[in-house]
Amino acid sequence: MINWTVILTIAKTHLITKIKQTSVAALGVTFGIGAYITLVSFMTGLNTMLDNLMMNQTPHIHIYNEIEPSKEQPIGLYDKVVNSTHIVHSIKPKLSQKKIHNALPLMKYLNEDANVKGAIPQIKAQIFYIAGSIEIAGNLTGINALEEARLFNLKDYIIEGSAEALNNNENGILLGVGIAKKMSLHVGDRIQISTIKGDVFPLRIVGLYQSGVKDIDAIQSFSNLKTVQRILGEAENYITDINVKLNNIEMALPMAKKIERQFELRAIDINTANAQFETGTTVRNLITYAVSITLLIVAGFGIYNILNMLIYEKMNDIAILKAIGFSGKDVQMIFMSQAMIIGFVGGVLGLLLGFGLSSLISTIPFETEALPTIKTYPINFNPWFYGIGIVFALLSTFFAGYLPAQKAKKIDPVKIIRGQ
Amino acid sequence: MSTVLEAKSINKYFEKPTRFHVLKDINFKIEKGEFVSIMGKSGCGKSTLLYILSTMDTEYEGALLLNNEIISGQSSNHLSYIRNKHIGFVFQFHYLLADFTVLENIMLPAKKLGEKSLVEIEQDAYDKLKLLKIEHLALKKASQVSGGEKQRVAIARALINNPSIIMGDEPTGNLDSHNADNVFTIFRELCDKQHLSLLIVTHDEDFAKRTDRIIQMEDGRIIS
Repeated sequence: MINWTVILTIAKTHLITKIKQTSVAALGVTFGIGAYITLVSFMTGLNTMLDNLMMNQTPHIHIYNEIEPSKEQPIGLYDKVVNSTHIVHSIKPKLSQKKIHNALPLMKYLNEDANVKGAIPQIKAQIFYIAGSIEIAGNLTGINALEEARLFNLKDYIIEGSAEALNNNENGILLGVGIAKKMSLHVGDRIQISTIKGDVFPLRIVGLYQSGVKDIDAIQSFSNLKTVQRILGEAENYITDINVKLNNIEMALPMAKKIERQFELRAIDINTANAQFETGTTVRNLITYAVSITLLIVAGFGIYNILNMLIYEKMNDIAILKAIGFSGKDVQMIFMSQAMIIGFVGGVLGLLLGFGLSSLISTIPFETEALPTIKTYPINFNPWFYGIGIVFALLSTFFAGYLPAQKAKKIDPVKIIRGQ
Repeated sequence: MSTVLEAKSINKYFEKPTRFHVLKDINFKIEKGEFVSIMGKSGCGKSTLLYILSTMDTEYEGALLLNNEIISGQSSNHLSYIRNKHIGFVFQFHYLLADFTVLENIMLPAKKLGEKSLVEIEQDAYDKLKLLKIEHLALKKASQVSGGEKQRVAIARALINNPSIIMGDEPTGNLDSHNADNVFTIFRELCDKQHLSLLIVTHDEDFAKRTDRIIQMEDGRIIS
């Protein structure tokens, strides 16, 4: 039977009389856990920010018509050569329309699905921005500005003007910030654009758009759906892309597959489109954890060392305790509880340190052109990290204390007493 | 009179550096209230015998009986319990826990035994301190009291659980004659007034002569 009050009293007295060593050991844990919390909060904060940068703008499912060669060539339908090898030279892509057939009913169907948060139309058009005799190639996308703002955070990327202003102005254009800079244009100015066919239209700049990706900002502009349909001379049902946002991103792949089968369109889900992006996130997380675990292992060795030293110093005490009736197990528990106390105190202080440091970092200004919505460094204050931190502190001190405590358990009191 | 401690044909060998027969067929009994000393030259095995009797050394052949019960071959946890409850120990060097106060040192074995409440244990500890006339030291750190006082604290600690027997390994060996005399007087009184059994290993002939019985050892044998 183990009498915990006595054992904890002895452990406490040992720790208090050796307060310097105890503090150093506890500080090792504090530093390890503090660094872990700070690092993991900061890194996952950055990761989440980068993810959002991509995810917020990217539709969960992107539906469009792909230009591609027919999978079935006419020769395949001819049953007299069914057992022969067909060789067809210089296959051309099939002539198909850019617009999505029956786009409006399709959108209505999608919007009624319980999994869908919203399905909104886009029209992509190649245009030229005209400045005197200079023509700059670019993309004009027709959008429903208010819906884009609701589902894909368009507002975060408008650095001047607003989505409402675009919605309210039939000849309005939301100009990419790169083009505006090239052409020295400001909100309220007029810009002329020309279609591939050569028709020229004047549009009024109602806002500036900055995605954070320079190459995109140098070509991309937005206008209303109707405006673009008018520029292209197309009817109101002319829609080239449908972007779908789901309530649950996990549904993206099966849903995309289903849409492809059902409507004979190309539907790309977000994970397929951004596979490399996912890999990057995983690798960054891996690095974070590798560094944190290294820190904690170093702290663990510190505790191991100090407990080992403590046991050498307390050799006499151990012998006396055993002589007056403490069992090996009791002695082991004394040193184990010392390790655990160091781990617990150091761990809790480490959590506080980590919280303090990450709070501090979250107030440091972080302004970059690429990320218009971010004002300070992003920190992820996830309570899970704190749980993992304290568990790791206790685990590592447990293992660091185990071997020295095992040694103390096995010390033969006779040898110590007679050795004097 | 009842027998407190009995050794039956105890043999012990040292394996290192070479096999060596340290204790050869040791047989003796200690009755209740008897004050026995073991004498012999250095290396005759008297300390080795004492550590076997104290249950701390378990590598021997033969049987050991405490209060007529065999305690050889018991589990180490049970032996710890026996040491805690039935055996009080006093060493040559003043083995106190330096970081604790005198009172805490004395209370420790009783706290470990856990048979009494903390208040009772403290009362017992003060009683033992009074018995040894050192109650004024109770709250001092063990490292701050003098050598003679330390030995008396160690005796008080040995007494706290009212053991069946007190064992000492040269308890006066490291003390000046005045303090040594003091310790002897305390042992004598414990024996006479409380009928405690004592088994003391000593080099000191004056000390041994004043005990009830001397066990003389030579080359691992009891010769008288």
